[in-house]
Amino acid sequence: MSAASRVVIVDYGLGNLLSVARAVRAAGGEPEISSDPADVAGAERALLPGVGAFGDGIKGLRERGLVDPLRAYAKSGRPLLGICLGMQLLMDRSEEFGDHEGLGLVPGTVKRLPGGTGGLKLPHVGWSALKPASPWPGTPLAGTAAGAEFYFVHSFAAVPSDPSHRLADCGYGENDFCAALRRGSVVGCQFHPEKSGPAGLDILKRFLEAS
Amino acid sequence: MNSQPPARARVRIIPRLDIKGPNIVKGVHLEGLRVVGDPAEHARRYYEEGADELLYMDIVASLYGRNNLLDIVERAAADIFIPLTVGGGVRKLDDVYKLLRAGADKVAVNTAAIANPEFIREAARSFGSQCIVVSIEAKLQAPGRWEALTDNGREKTGVDAYDWARRAADLGAGEILVTSVDREGTLKGFDLDLTAKLATAVSIPVIACGGAGGAAHVLAAVTEGRADAVSVASILHFKKCGLRELKETLLASGVSVRRPPEAAPLA
Repeated sequence: MSAASRVVIVDYGLGNLLSVARAVRAAGGEPEISSDPADVAGAERALLPGVGAFGDGIKGLRERGLVDPLRAYAKSGRPLLGICLGMQLLMDRSEEFGDHEGLGLVPGTVKRLPGGTGGLKLPHVGWSALKPASPWPGTPLAGTAAGAEFYFVHSFAAVPSDPSHRLADCGYGENDFCAALRRGSVVGCQFHPEKSGPAGLDILKRFLEAS
Repeated sequence: MNSQPPARARVRIIPRLDIKGPNIVKGVHLEGLRVVGDPAEHARRYYEEGADELLYMDIVASLYGRNNLLDIVERAAADIFIPLTVGGGVRKLDDVYKLLRAGADKVAVNTAAIANPEFIREAARSFGSQCIVVSIEAKLQAPGRWEALTDNGREKTGVDAYDWARRAADLGAGEILVTSVDREGTLKGFDLDLTAKLATAVSIPVIACGGAGGAAHVLAAVTEGRADAVSVASILHFKKCGLRELKETLLASGVSVRRPPEAAPLA
């Protein structure tokens, strides 16, 4: 790779920005943490991280004037990666503590995982294996082996209304949830690639190389 | 008892690094510490051997009211890409903030939470439940009854460990770390009654700690003890058993864990 790939990591007040930035650097990129709408508008590549509640997340984006710039950015076809809450924010809406509107970049809703009773614990914390839901070549999962494991911590998950947007699924209890999705240049992963060892760094590296 | 445990996430194996000053130390019953070695070197090795997370505990911070973990955490976070939980001396929201900023993903609280349970709610609201781990140091009082201690097992509180676990979960803790003070460092196996009692009391994950002397103990903590994750120290530090052996034992017994990495080729 020539010059390190620059990535704007969108800071909307939630999330482990520094962990993501460290992992981006380890994957060969040049991270720039910013909450400035102008930086998002001018980014070559953008990453939407996040941990926490959906309502707080969308509020944080709105307060900083980031909603429209992110929508315009995605529409332009430049690469966008949403991680965990950042993936959920890509959706139309979420049922987490009420009903919240999301960025609407991928059609579908964010719903609570089954569990919390009968022995199936919530949040779902730990490493789970990915199963392909659509082909991975040409996506950030291109180098991922089927069955490779990634670190998750979440109680809600995106449910894309178009099954072709599902990139990877994951089982928890008796049900599968959407572990990664893709619509054009917009990619989301429910797991934390920045906390998933070498397999996670490989996903970040491929995102940095995506054009 | 059910022969099939309920469906759950893969069981996590979490090496625990007790930190005193610049060193990893290890004691018995949280006392009688001996120096094990360099935290960075051990953390790196456990990461490469397939640790699912790492747990750092500054075991003198509560006593002296200081916190020297930031440098160690910051160094680890630069090149170890698995979740890092850090505890010891966390008293204020600002302590949580500083540890997260240094590279911790989760923060373990004990003494401050017992003194002021609302601290759990405030920390969960400020930083998210997923990063608040309530650490319970439990000491057996009578059959089926354990007291939660503070200050690394030195101070009595009169608080019942079971009641405290349930309350902590209600207040917004994301996980519970339960350490048996009676078994800690003894290599005699986990307190399975304690582990099972707490693991089935709450709907959030419970990490069992204290007493692992071999792979069979870890397996028992997961099956009989119903633990969602297991924290181990002495067996790794003193090379009695490796992470690969632990995970292979669990896998062979039908417990799902993240697979250990491919063995490094012989040089």
